[in-house]
Amino acid sequence: MTGASGSRATGSRRGNATRLGLMALPVGFFALFFAWPVAAIVARGLKTDGAWHLGRIAEIVTQPDIRHVLWFTTWQALASTALTLLLALPAGYVFARLDFPGKHLLRAVVTVPFVLPTVVAGSAFLALVGRGGLLDELWGVRLDTTVWAILLAHVFFNFAVVVRTVGGLWAQLDPRQEEAARMLGASPLTAWRKVTLPALAPAVAAAALMVFLFTFTSFGVVQILGGPTFSTLEVEIYRQTSEVFDLSTAAVLTLVQFAAVGAVLAVHAWTVRRRETALRLVDPKATARRPRGAGQWTLLASVLVVVALLLVLPLAVLVRRSLDAPGLGYYRALTHADGGTFLVAPVHAVWTSLEYAVAATAIAVVIGGLAAAALARRDAGRLVRGFDALLMLPLGVSAVTVGFGFLIALDKPPLDLRQSWILVPLAQALVGAPFVVRTMLPVLRAVDVRLREAAAVLGASPWRVWREVDLPLVRRALLVAAGFAFAVSLGEFGATVFIARPDNPTLPVAVARLLSRPGDLNYGQAMALSTILMVVCAAALLILERLRTDRTGEF
Amino acid sequence: MLLSLDAATVRFGGRAVLDTVGLDVAEHEVVCVLGPSGSGKSTLLRAVAGLQPLSGGRVLLDGRNQTGVPAHQRGVGLMFQDHQLFPQRDVGANVAFGLRMHGVAKGERDVEVGRLLELVGLPGAARRAVASLSGGEQQRVALARALAPRPRLLMLDEPLGQLDRSLRERLVVELSELFGRLGTTVLAVTHDQGEAFALADRVVVMRDGRIAQSGTPLEVWQRPADAFVARFLGFENVVPATVAGTVADSPWGKLPVPEGSAQGHRTVLVRPAGVRLVPADQGLACTVTARTFKGTHVAVHLQPADGPRLEAACPLRDAPEPGASVGVEFDVAETVVLD
Repeated sequence: MTGASGSRATGSRRGNATRLGLMALPVGFFALFFAWPVAAIVARGLKTDGAWHLGRIAEIVTQPDIRHVLWFTTWQALASTALTLLLALPAGYVFARLDFPGKHLLRAVVTVPFVLPTVVAGSAFLALVGRGGLLDELWGVRLDTTVWAILLAHVFFNFAVVVRTVGGLWAQLDPRQEEAARMLGASPLTAWRKVTLPALAPAVAAAALMVFLFTFTSFGVVQILGGPTFSTLEVEIYRQTSEVFDLSTAAVLTLVQFAAVGAVLAVHAWTVRRRETALRLVDPKATARRPRGAGQWTLLASVLVVVALLLVLPLAVLVRRSLDAPGLGYYRALTHADGGTFLVAPVHAVWTSLEYAVAATAIAVVIGGLAAAALARRDAGRLVRGFDALLMLPLGVSAVTVGFGFLIALDKPPLDLRQSWILVPLAQALVGAPFVVRTMLPVLRAVDVRLREAAAVLGASPWRVWREVDLPLVRRALLVAAGFAFAVSLGEFGATVFIARPDNPTLPVAVARLLSRPGDLNYGQAMALSTILMVVCAAALLILERLRTDRTGEF
Repeated sequence: MLLSLDAATVRFGGRAVLDTVGLDVAEHEVVCVLGPSGSGKSTLLRAVAGLQPLSGGRVLLDGRNQTGVPAHQRGVGLMFQDHQLFPQRDVGANVAFGLRMHGVAKGERDVEVGRLLELVGLPGAARRAVASLSGGEQQRVALARALAPRPRLLMLDEPLGQLDRSLRERLVVELSELFGRLGTTVLAVTHDQGEAFALADRVVVMRDGRIAQSGTPLEVWQRPADAFVARFLGFENVVPATVAGTVADSPWGKLPVPEGSAQGHRTVLVRPAGVRLVPADQGLACTVTARTFKGTHVAVHLQPADGPRLEAACPLRDAPEPGASVGVEFDVAETVVLD
């Protein structure tokens, strides 16, 4: 029996060692750059003169102005979610069940806003509905002082979330299930209500929660479009930190947000688990048909109109506004440092952003990739799965928390990174890594474990198994993940605005700073810089798309 | 012995999937492990391959204890149930994979891949995509891939499991010829007795993680070790009986049994060929409930007035209609006392 227990111990010991090896770097990274800053926030908020004061939370959230912020944050998130569902669910149906020329292009158009930086959306909606914007010019209508600008910008961003989550599943639902219900005597509407809707409901819930989360923690959009009237928790945390200099209140607000986000994420995890239960899925290509009848054509047309007005028009107006000055004046102004807003020419921000983004992508891919590899192992225990949820926190906990945490935790020895350029990429990687994990994990999990075993039996060592079996299968996902991390990093605003050095702003930070200054020239420059940012993001994604299709063959 | 299992045990949770299994496979021998699903036969292969750590006992290859030796260093081949060809590589690259892992030079590899593809009946298929292969072709490629690194022991997990019947029958003959020609040592598992009997020099029947019987196909077929093995081989006429001398007292009445049979409370098997149909007024009175055509004969299902159902094998022409009344007599040559 000694041999017995010995062999078993060897096997599990080896598994544990591998897992620990994979996890060490991500765990260290998240402990140092997430858990430690969050702990610093807690201490800053609730500890005065070495004693804990939990009563501070109640004290602060009952202040009238803070109560107002909490109320606004919640109801605008609910309203944005409802509006997004209302406009995007029909689009989800159109993408899932109808087949029409230009569908691929339309899908790309719908997806682009999701990867665009928040400040680009902010400036685009400013150019559409703000002072001197298109609506102002045409009909004298201004929405930038109303909540509508914020709500519409939120729909702009989250349209793709709903279309992809719900439409993606919808396209894979077997239409024959509905047909079976019809054959059993159900009317078309009843069949849809009793068969399709229940299958779809968890996906709708998951998408709605995601949209709620994104809009609840909205920062860039509200910062630009909200003016002095509207402020979400995120904006208030930033204001308390950088304008009021009340770090303790900011810390308490961060904790409140932390709790709210944690609750939403927990519900989301639960709905995702439910969504994965036993649905018969089919190839999406087989379920779409040409539109038939006036109803379907009307639906298709109205979805096209919504996409054109809400997603395409703002970006078009942004580009047009950036070209308003004769001879590309706004763009040329970007190359001069004389505005007084910056120590360097604003165009310098392009290179800063790209450098940071490359570094942040590298960090995010390594950290996220290792974490995904550890999580994908079949013998992953509870502890590891708990880490999975932890990894999602920086995504939901909001960028402002990350930035604020960096600001107050990494400013003294032994870890004083204030002067180091790596601070910004680190924060951006923290926000980007969850995307990498999310992209890689399903693909890694889908690699049949017996393929690895087949390679092992043929003589491949564990390292070669990874290189020969896993890597070729996940290369695509790895590139997509890198693209996500890159786009996130380019557009990252909430965390970066706290920690970017004044002489080295990134593109979004530069745009926001220009918009906060009066005058047509600053405004025009902001539009021009936003356009550049949009083009850089789009170009990055297009290059990636190319890379991806070029290499799908064997090596 | 090339392969020895010494009290090999695998537990999942508290359940023993492999329960103190002892098994020896000699060089050039083809052994088939036969058993219903869940009997632990796939786990047996995985334990030998090093993919499943043992909870107890040892696996020895060439007399060397394999405890702690990882799968890629054991030098055994395993052909997976659903082949597990690498989807992103073509046929040639799949076959060459094991050779690459063993550091065989490119030129040599190409020659070897060509030779193996010819051997399995797919000459010139090296550049084909795996996705374009039919089930039978995939099976051949998987076999070539497993043979390529010249494993000292080749293991096959349900080698023909997913193929349709006619293809299976053809391939089983090809495989058996191929193994004979190459002198490969083979350990295969299957739930199909036909496959096992066609391939194997020796058959091992497994039940609930234990070995129920081991022997040549003929031995196992002629003398199943117990009621479980008999029923698993497809024999339905199995009843408890009390044996005294050359007569067994059973629910079907007195059955003649061979001389020298074990005495006392036993299980008796009458093979369908030993159930002879006679006119209704003779022997055990039965009613025909159904009949199924088996190609060379008809299986006639009979319900005696008293006692469990019977199956008789009957020439095509003489098969009675369902509902007919017949008599049954038992042939001593086809009757076996088990246990």
